[in-house]
Amino acid sequence: MSIVELDRDRPAEAKLRVIDCDIHPSMTAWTEVHPYLARQWIEHLTVYGSHLRHAFSEALTHPRMSPDAARVDAYPDEGGPPGSSLALMRSQHLDPNGVELGMLIPLRWNPGSQRNLDFGVALTQAMNTWQIERWVKNEPRLRASVLIAQEDTAGSVAEIDARAADRNFTQILVLPRTDEPFGRRRYWPIFEAAVRNNLPIAIHVGGTNGHPSTGGGWPSYYMEEHHAVAETMQAVLTSLVFEGVFERFPKLRVVIMEGGLGWIPSLSARMDKHWARLRSEVPHLKRPPSEYIREQVWFTTQPMEEPARASQLIDLFDRIGWDRLLFSTDYPHWDFDDPRYAFKAPLSAAQRDQLLYRNAQAFYGTR
Amino acid sequence: MVADRQSAEIERPGRYAGAIDCDLHPALPGMSVLLPYLDDYWREMIRVRALDRLNLSLTSYPQNAPLSCRPDWKLEGGQKPGSSQQAMQAHVLDRYQPRFGILNCLYGAQVMHSEDMAAAFCRATNDWIRDEWLSRDPRLRASIVIPAHNTELAVAEIERRADDPRFVQVLMLVSGEVTLGRRQLWPIYRLAERLGLPIGVHAGSAYRYAPTATGWPSYYVEDYISQSAAFENQLQSMISEGVFAKFPGLKVVAIESGLTWLSGFIWRADKTWKGVRVEVPWVTRAPSEIIRDHVRFTVQPIDAPDEMEAILRLIDHLESDELFLFSTDYPHWQFDGDAVLPEKLSGALLRKITSENALATYPRLAKAERPMEIGA
Repeated sequence: MSIVELDRDRPAEAKLRVIDCDIHPSMTAWTEVHPYLARQWIEHLTVYGSHLRHAFSEALTHPRMSPDAARVDAYPDEGGPPGSSLALMRSQHLDPNGVELGMLIPLRWNPGSQRNLDFGVALTQAMNTWQIERWVKNEPRLRASVLIAQEDTAGSVAEIDARAADRNFTQILVLPRTDEPFGRRRYWPIFEAAVRNNLPIAIHVGGTNGHPSTGGGWPSYYMEEHHAVAETMQAVLTSLVFEGVFERFPKLRVVIMEGGLGWIPSLSARMDKHWARLRSEVPHLKRPPSEYIREQVWFTTQPMEEPARASQLIDLFDRIGWDRLLFSTDYPHWDFDDPRYAFKAPLSAAQRDQLLYRNAQAFYGTR
Repeated sequence: MVADRQSAEIERPGRYAGAIDCDLHPALPGMSVLLPYLDDYWREMIRVRALDRLNLSLTSYPQNAPLSCRPDWKLEGGQKPGSSQQAMQAHVLDRYQPRFGILNCLYGAQVMHSEDMAAAFCRATNDWIRDEWLSRDPRLRASIVIPAHNTELAVAEIERRADDPRFVQVLMLVSGEVTLGRRQLWPIYRLAERLGLPIGVHAGSAYRYAPTATGWPSYYVEDYISQSAAFENQLQSMISEGVFAKFPGLKVVAIESGLTWLSGFIWRADKTWKGVRVEVPWVTRAPSEIIRDHVRFTVQPIDAPDEMEAILRLIDHLESDELFLFSTDYPHWQFDGDAVLPEKLSGALLRKITSENALATYPRLAKAERPMEIGA
């Protein structure tokens, strides 16, 4: 490539237009949600705290590569964890990266995995209000996600219905390590509520349910755990397909967040191949699995795959479907994808705009 | 007309003559066949506890599930698929004329919770394979069935087979009691490396845990689909724990893994390694490089609508045509007719996949292949 060609690309790159589908807001102090919690739950939070199915009361099972899994440059001068300062989020991310819309994905406390269901529901209610009051009201570029405690199906449906009228909520958020595979029938009222309210369901890496992160036991290292989240997403998608969720709810839209992309074509082909042999077990499926995926599932891009050659990445996008890819940065986490450098392939201005902006605009625009 | 003749030749089952079939499944007709190979204690246990009435077929391969046996390979009278050597000869050995076929016996002995019982039954299973299969067809070779959840007993079983060159591999299920890289298993790998035995990791679970991190799926088809993810997890475990750094001569063969997941795996694994390698300083090379040196994959099933395109894509992504090993997966139903490999696959690549790659993977096969040694 000549220097002239590089220069010609410059103006298009300089003017970024981005919808970031994965931004993690945090709290300066955990007491920030107290105004939105009943006294009973403030006391519960203070006395018993988070009560999950893993060994550490205040930490994840596998220590991350940095404190809070965060970029080291993302700590606000005024104190507090990365993601807690709107001013820094603006100056470090939203402004320089051309983010016109950003989807908030709060992960604190893992409400959907809380063993105390009432506590989990109370946390989702509080954190949903907190997203609006603390973030969306102060920054018009941000949008909230309806957190639900999916193991309490009725409580989840009530929370979805309660928030649906507020256009500042763009989706329902669930973490994939649910108590049972997410396609199981106990969760169907949630899908019904999603369709009724025209809200997509975002499934973002995380959750804890007591099951080892692999079918062969617990991994020792974060290097394995980080890989296993992609396999977990495969399991969630397999469950949604074979339980017949997409067949039963043809208007349901699902976006898989931070689960990787490289496995999508091979898993789709695997499902089709073995469905062809074993379809008598699942007569409720009327079409090959890959068709449901192609029509009803989207994927966020971070962490972007980095094959050895650019043509392999283009081939991957071709096979997934360019219109299914929603750009995300994962700000302020350590494996942040920069919209300028994330795609290690020569994209046309139109392709770049499609991935960074137009796909998400079409996906969320129907709200 | 030339084209017609060529395509007729290509479709001949004889195109696989001289191949090495790396995945054949012999089935125990029933536990009673193990009686001659068990000691007095276990014979008595079978008698007084009526253990031989138990069907210890694995949940990973339900006996009558369509995938467990190709329709035209079913046996008369409802006998277990794979339990007849005559049938295996007719369906595979005589039809495709492989030079060698490797038997991977999937049976309950491997997964029994009692470590003693598992060891006794694995030992008996290996004896039965030796007497009833290996001794009756010179083309057959076998994997050593082990109680992988007790390293000491597993090592003892491998040592017991060390001097019989017809045992060419150690067999483990992809999902057992601990992730496969864990240090408690290393004596197995140390011995396997020393004896020139690859570790064959076959699809299947001991069901110590739910097959997925999201719990128990409803349907068998989901369990089966999840097997490819289990291979991803276990490769990541063996790489992260440093198995291949510790045992540079060790080979692992992923059997019935589905194959096409490999591209996404190396992309993610390489990128993750770059980000987090300080956690595992003994992993000094990218996972894709480690895989190229140490891991091989059987080619049934190939999870793709176009298998030829899939193989070429994998060779491009993995930057190697030495990773893939021919297998029929008999009697599992992965292909129809004689289409074990795509029709268009030919020439040097066909030879690599059908035999050369396997000879480079299994030292004991290569040794038997050398004419000098046979004469000696």
